[in-house]
Amino acid sequence: MYESLMKVISGYGLISGFAIIGATMWLSYWLSDKLTKGRLHGSAVAILIGLLLSYIGGVVTGGQKGLVDIALFSGIGLLGGAMLRDFAIVATGFGVSVDELKRAGMVGVLALFIGVLASFVAGVAVAFAFGYTDAVSLTTIGTGAVTYIVGPVTGAAIGASSEVMALSIAAGLVKAIVVMVATPFVAPYIGLNNPRSAVIFGGLIGTSSGVAGGLAATDPKLVPYGCLTAAFYTALGCLLGPSLLFFVMRGLLG
Amino acid sequence: MIIFGVAFLALCTLTGIFVGELLGKAIGVPANVGGVGIAMVLLILIGSYLKKRGLFNPESEQGIKFWSAVYIPIVVAMAAQQNVYGALSGGPMAILAGVAAVALAFMLVPVLDRIGRKKLEADPTLPADPAKPLTSSARG
Repeated sequence: MYESLMKVISGYGLISGFAIIGATMWLSYWLSDKLTKGRLHGSAVAILIGLLLSYIGGVVTGGQKGLVDIALFSGIGLLGGAMLRDFAIVATGFGVSVDELKRAGMVGVLALFIGVLASFVAGVAVAFAFGYTDAVSLTTIGTGAVTYIVGPVTGAAIGASSEVMALSIAAGLVKAIVVMVATPFVAPYIGLNNPRSAVIFGGLIGTSSGVAGGLAATDPKLVPYGCLTAAFYTALGCLLGPSLLFFVMRGLLG
Repeated sequence: MIIFGVAFLALCTLTGIFVGELLGKAIGVPANVGGVGIAMVLLILIGSYLKKRGLFNPESEQGIKFWSAVYIPIVVAMAAQQNVYGALSGGPMAILAGVAAVALAFMLVPVLDRIGRKKLEADPTLPADPAKPLTSSARG
């Protein structure tokens, strides 16, 4: 019987994913209602549970894909993979107001450049404080703080060591996770409650998974505005990282 | 039919991501340049055009609304496959670098919000927002 059950659950992976995530959502909304009287949004609780489970998955299997590395939960990988994620993000665009977008357009572009630069500076400053002084390592770790894709892309282009690359990816992952967890708590203090600030937020933060999760836990209506700008962030980072940012760092450090 | 909505969403997504890939190739970046963003713009523009001409009935819309509604469960599934363990085992420097980047970006949200807002208020062609008070705590 156990074998048959396992066969069904893993053979019908996507369906199992829907069932497991649906149950998690139900539990999260119930917890949100009972424990926080709805103050912490149900979807925020669900995302927290998801991250916690993925930590457990990582500890248990030593793999890189959190809960999905456990065979029983591999269906969640289909549901939360890039394909359906992007499909659903595009679908949220259906509720977007064109006027709101136009009004936020220019400042959104500005936010992109400032966002990449600010994350880079923050990453470089921390790396410097931890004793890194060469332009290649500092640039790689700094671009890792931009996103966990920009870091290794830049590192590979400028010839960073694999240890520095790993640090850079870890910094980017931490960023994505912190954004998911912290956004709903910080949102009231930074005025993240309207489409305009969501466009700015997406441009400044950039990491697509962080923005997708953080805004979903804050207010699903803001998701499309943030994701629209965030979609350009990684590319801008990949463009600036191995070129302008590296040249500036090399110039500064001689 | 609901499938019309789903197919329309699928076409917009594929087109956007394809254009993003091409843009990436063109400027020599090993990443998709705004694919999702371009897809959303297509969906918004073509969608509202079709709706105006009455070519998009409420039933077709359901096909898009469903996917928009399962967005949060999909994000939860996405959260469950983040490499949280890997992120935390990167050590204090990686954690601090990630946190610092986020903190700085959070602080900049109200700053940038204000920059654009002044211009908006000065522009008489646009309806001024009922100015939302900026929280002072955001600066700290």
